[in-house]
Amino acid sequence: MVGEKIKAESINLNFWYGTVQALKNVNLKIAEKKVTALIGPSGCGKTTFLRCFNRMHDLYPNNRYEGEIFLYPDKVNIVSPHVDPIEIRMRIGMVFQKPNPFPKTIYENIAYGLRVRGINNKKVLDEVVERSLKGAALWDEVKDKLNKLAFELSGGQQQRLCIARALATDPEILLFDEPTSALDPIATGRIEELIEELKEKVTILIVTHNMQQAARISDYTGFMMLGELIEFDTTDKIFTNPSKKLTEDYVTGRFG
Amino acid sequence: MDIKKQDIKEVIKINKIWEFLFYFIGLISTFIGLALLCVLFIDLFLDGYPRLTYKFFTSFPSRFPKEAGILSAWVGSILVMIVTAISAIPVGVLAGIYLEEYAKKNWFTNFIEINISNLAGVPSIIYGLLALGLFVQTLKFGESILTGGLTLGLLILPMIIMATRESIRAIPDSIREASYALGATKWQTVKHHILPYSSGGILTGIIIGLSRAIGETAPIITVGALTFIAFLPTSPFTDTFPFISFKWLFDPFTVMPIQMFNWVSRPQKEFHINAASAGIVLLIMTLAMNALAIYIRYKFRKRIKW
Repeated sequence: MVGEKIKAESINLNFWYGTVQALKNVNLKIAEKKVTALIGPSGCGKTTFLRCFNRMHDLYPNNRYEGEIFLYPDKVNIVSPHVDPIEIRMRIGMVFQKPNPFPKTIYENIAYGLRVRGINNKKVLDEVVERSLKGAALWDEVKDKLNKLAFELSGGQQQRLCIARALATDPEILLFDEPTSALDPIATGRIEELIEELKEKVTILIVTHNMQQAARISDYTGFMMLGELIEFDTTDKIFTNPSKKLTEDYVTGRFG
Repeated sequence: MDIKKQDIKEVIKINKIWEFLFYFIGLISTFIGLALLCVLFIDLFLDGYPRLTYKFFTSFPSRFPKEAGILSAWVGSILVMIVTAISAIPVGVLAGIYLEEYAKKNWFTNFIEINISNLAGVPSIIYGLLALGLFVQTLKFGESILTGGLTLGLLILPMIIMATRESIRAIPDSIREASYALGATKWQTVKHHILPYSSGGILTGIIIGLSRAIGETAPIITVGALTFIAFLPTSPFTDTFPFISFKWLFDPFTVMPIQMFNWVSRPQKEFHINAASAGIVLLIMTLAMNALAIYIRYKFRKRIKW
């Protein structure tokens, strides 16, 4: 990671669901305005790791973090119990596996992030809704039906709506949790294009089940297995010349 | 094993017979329920229809069956329902939200949960006895509209709590996560998402609870509602400042089912006709409330899908 500006880094991160340890000493640096992908077989902890970044685990009982995830430039420890998860979630956006728009209008879906911040000025909201929808390459398709319910959009459009919703509040990092696993190949292609455009503006951490996807869109890739980060390097290196046997077996499709 | 074509045909034939048998039994069962209800309704209607005049709604009960009406009964029922709704709805909905969204899941909340479902199954007369001791004798509310309303409120409270919890539980976690991921607090999530998306189910539960309460007789008799009331409660509106009076809360009252009970228990046949007429009115009130509940549920289902 020579010459990269670091946006966040996890140091000896451990995580428990009750008594089950799901992450073991994960150390990983995330470069600013780059796409970092996490790959690995099901149950390897990649989604668990991702959800540490916006403290989603705090919503459910008996979850426990140990170690640090520092968010730069102010070096705040994301997983510290003294840090308010609300504050973290306001700085770090997330797009989920299945599109989960609110049963509200398209406009209200995008505006919601600002509304929770107390911004209700119509002019500001209008502007942000337009900018976010343009940022998510959805504006042309929905500009005439902003007051229609979000459910009326197709699955791929809903997922781009969720991206626009996350973009509306200018997050420092955008987390993607297998954002295309519920979409068809064409919608998937559009989301991938979008992610490539977005990295000009925002740091991206993406979990994906699809190795080709990681190879196509990411700059750095981490390979995880059984809660451990096996190898982390540039995407080129991981896919062409990995240094660990396990990584090679996985990316060449010998298991997983 | 070698299965011949002929064998398969035999098996299918037997399976089809069973299928037809169950279809037939199901059909008959459905019609037994429906037919009984129809007969009941038609019988009630034929008996009571002749007395269903405008005067019936505007007259007080009387010694003369032809002049007796249900004015004090329907006014009483409506006033009692108002007290019931005002007392039970906020408490029930807030308790439901608390249990579902705020309370930590542990043995204690499990214990509370089980007991709330148990409360919904407690015979209504028990609530009457509780209310008699608590509202009438300890708190000295008297045999009043307030007591009646609070008693029925207590009775439908578990129903409202359960309806609230069930409709909140129907909201998928992905919606909560979407809200929290944008930096919303718990209260913002409840106010902007949980409550609006579950309000269809909550309203349905409330209306079904109220429609049960309006027909309840036993607990109201237990707390001492009168069976013969020839006057209306004090008007809630007054000529002098502050123009609103709450004296009606402490007035004695009667309700529709008690009025019916009173008429049925008289020896004169004429009064039985009055009872049937009042029964029609009560039935229409309940059916109208249920229809409203169905309509609300339909409206919300159309708007929200996960």
